[in-house]
Amino acid sequence: MRYSNGMTRRALMATAGLAFGLAAAWPAKAQDTIKVGILHSLSGTMAISETTLKDVMLMLIDEQNKKGGLLGKKLEAVVVDPASNWPLFAEKARELITKDKVAAVFGCWTSVSRKSVLPVFKELNNILFYPVQYEGEESERNVFYTGAAPNQQAIPAVDYLAKEEKVQRWVLAGTDYVYPRTTNKILEAYLKSKGVKPEDIMINYTPFGHSDWQTIVADIKKFGSAGKKTAVVSTINGDANVPFYKELGNQGISAKDIPVVAFSVGEEELAGIDTKPLLGHLAAWNYFESIDTPANKEFTAKWKAYTKNPKRVSNDPMEAHVIGFAMWVKAVEKVKSTDPDKVIDALPGIEAPNLTGGISKMLPNHHITKPVFIGEVRGDGQFDVVWKTEGLVPGDAWSKELEGSRDLVGDWVDKKCGNWNTKTNKCGS
Amino acid sequence: MPLCERIVALVFALVLLLAGAASAGAQGNAQAFEAALAGFTKDSYNDTDKAISAVAASGNPRSLEVIEALQDGRLLFGGDKVFIKDKAGAIVEAATGKPVEGSPPDNLKPVRLINRLRRSVEAALGGLTLMSSDAGKRYEAAQAVFKSREASALPTLDAALAKESDARVKRALTEARAAVILFKPDSAEADRLLAIAVIKDRADQDARGLLAGLPAGQPAAVQKAAADAIASIDNRLALWNMVQNAWYGLSLGSVLLLAAIGLAITFGVMGVINMAHGEMVMLGAYTTFVVQEVIRARNPALFDYSLFIAVPLAFLVAGFVGILIERSIIRFLYGRPLETLLATWGLSLILQQAVRTYFGPTNKDVGNPSWMSGAFELGGITITYNRMWIIVFTLAVFVALLGLLRFTRLGLEMRAVTQNRQMAASMGIRTARIDALTFGLGSGIAGIAGVALSQIDNVSPNLGQGYIIDSFMVVVFGGVGNLWGTLVAAFSLGIANKFLEPFAGAVLGKIAILVFIILFIQKRPRGLFALKGRAVEA
Repeated sequence: MRYSNGMTRRALMATAGLAFGLAAAWPAKAQDTIKVGILHSLSGTMAISETTLKDVMLMLIDEQNKKGGLLGKKLEAVVVDPASNWPLFAEKARELITKDKVAAVFGCWTSVSRKSVLPVFKELNNILFYPVQYEGEESERNVFYTGAAPNQQAIPAVDYLAKEEKVQRWVLAGTDYVYPRTTNKILEAYLKSKGVKPEDIMINYTPFGHSDWQTIVADIKKFGSAGKKTAVVSTINGDANVPFYKELGNQGISAKDIPVVAFSVGEEELAGIDTKPLLGHLAAWNYFESIDTPANKEFTAKWKAYTKNPKRVSNDPMEAHVIGFAMWVKAVEKVKSTDPDKVIDALPGIEAPNLTGGISKMLPNHHITKPVFIGEVRGDGQFDVVWKTEGLVPGDAWSKELEGSRDLVGDWVDKKCGNWNTKTNKCGS
Repeated sequence: MPLCERIVALVFALVLLLAGAASAGAQGNAQAFEAALAGFTKDSYNDTDKAISAVAASGNPRSLEVIEALQDGRLLFGGDKVFIKDKAGAIVEAATGKPVEGSPPDNLKPVRLINRLRRSVEAALGGLTLMSSDAGKRYEAAQAVFKSREASALPTLDAALAKESDARVKRALTEARAAVILFKPDSAEADRLLAIAVIKDRADQDARGLLAGLPAGQPAAVQKAAADAIASIDNRLALWNMVQNAWYGLSLGSVLLLAAIGLAITFGVMGVINMAHGEMVMLGAYTTFVVQEVIRARNPALFDYSLFIAVPLAFLVAGFVGILIERSIIRFLYGRPLETLLATWGLSLILQQAVRTYFGPTNKDVGNPSWMSGAFELGGITITYNRMWIIVFTLAVFVALLGLLRFTRLGLEMRAVTQNRQMAASMGIRTARIDALTFGLGSGIAGIAGVALSQIDNVSPNLGQGYIIDSFMVVVFGGVGNLWGTLVAAFSLGIANKFLEPFAGAVLGKIAILVFIILFIQKRPRGLFALKGRAVEA
């Protein structure tokens, strides 16, 4: 192409100038907002649980903006959809951090998705808030675990059953993946340390989405007819729960005979089913929608108004995001910067009120303190709290019940190490 | 004044008379009863527990009503008074059964129960209803006493036994009495041995549990008798266990068959690798959901018939979508299996996401009609109604489909087109129309399967995904293009799976089945029942 006359050349220069101006304007605009990444599946199998968490994050960000934003800037949510596809989680995390330049990411549900994004967060040095109860045995510098560790959910639940229901025989039933396997390993070690005989423990794993529970329920019934009080500790995940409870109900096993305490069944999961056969079965969480505190009343009302759905329920991982977000906001305000290094150092020690009337605190191992509640399923799909811990329980990154993890602690304040060995006084096992 | 008081007392006495509580001891009794009721107002589980036993022991004629109300969550408290919300919704005072004077206090709360208390309630009800006039209630009461083994129920049990005439109830009462005697610390050795014999004859898992849980320190003879009884029950249960596994296998097989039978048409007969088959099942399940929603909103009385309404509708919805898919996508891809696979796989994702967007990602509540819930005992096994009806339904669908292919003109044309397309076309059959109808039929049947599967599985956008692999497995194993092969394959895989599961576990059992099929296909690539003839080669 030839530029023969001055007109064209001038036009070209103007265009170039405009382009330059635009390019200069972009970063200027970007500085007006602080971006927050939301990494939850909106399609695929996990959409059932994770979509809600995206909505609650949008609500929290919206609310913070109404309060005037953060450090004088507006917050901007960047929502991506990793589509329940684990490698895609890593890709989307990278996109959020490098392309969108988010200050922190709230996301993931399954442990495998968390493990998949972990290298990305380490490499690019960003912050992940992980809101779901998980198997523990991890403490990473870039991750803050606002869900329950096993000692904040599984162990208190077993204690309750042993004490209140006088359970002597245990069925540990779970879906076959890392969370149930690790949790059951911890529970088995714990029960044995309390004097339960190996023949009084039955462990059973099923594939994801298992729908034919006839044999297993019959086995549980048989296991329960040994003359000792029997209970099922269920780490069955997601969709497999409904057919499991239906089969229990149909075969005539009620909570009075063999109670089931579940770690993955909450208000959201019960919203889709007829809860009459579940009456009296138990769940252990750090939050229930039915808990009667002013903070919780305010939150559930806001949530129902925000989603414009008076029947919308709230659940435990949502509360974890509420706490995590409040902690992040406080840490950013404290250091007056969104620089990940500064925020990571500021977070331990930060306190934020939870929705059940206590004040949760971020610990040096990047877990938080939480109360533990045991709830019984009511007829309306909500839970009746029948027991709770005295105060707040600090989360253990490394289980005290397992050989090899017993001596480890996570301490990112003094030791700057996620797996400090207290026996050898060295970082790393 | 005194006159006034006397009138009040008279009225009070009259009310008592009306309530049927005018016996001599009633007055003192009523006070104990009211004191017991006060325990419900404490909102503490321990006090509630004490109140339950106190009310049950009071002998007051109202105690049964109070305990029943407690069980149904109709026992309310406010301040220091306890009320009952009767079946019509009116609030009455628990102590007297009289309607509340004036308006009932606000913020009445139901007395809360937990499992431990529900057991106490059941035991109390058992003791109170042993003499009920309803045989069904007496039977339940006997069962409750069998579980609770309350020693205090013994005199009532003896009285009930003496006048019982119903054989079934009498047996249950005898068993309950045996259970009480076994667990009573002071009963004689001879009585215990008799009791063990009674319980041994009951011979089910509850009986086994009872014997295995005998308190320590029994005389040697009793211990031996109990151990023998347990061994004999175990023997009997082991036999029934085989029957049970076979039944579970049949049930799993029927679900496999139901999911695969539509695919046996689209893949087996037409040769279309239809990855969107599972989504047709899902559409059927969502049709059931919509039908039930409409019924719940418009005419709840029809709920028990919801499935009968859903079956033809699901067939039409899924069949229509099937025809649409065939006309718009698949007909351009005949003879190109790889492209068909990719196109239908993409289609399945689109359908899933469409449903997820429209209905939301959460599970939908599809209820079981009353005739599909619960179970009955047959010998030593529990047969659940929903599984039983699904087997019946599956076989009915299978027979209907077989009849359709064999005896109708449409079936004849379908077979003609799939066996030799050119020949059929030259005989004047409009093959393109038949293709669309065949695909629609296969999809429609998948939709019907969705109605049945909605009764045992989650209704979520992912419903179909769980069945697609199993369906292909069944059709390939049975022999492509052969309905009988699909039937045999489904039931043999189901039964094999259920016999493997008890000792291999669900995960390993499934792997073992897959390994077996891989090996089998190596040996017999055409499956169990291979079609013979030239058409197969084409």
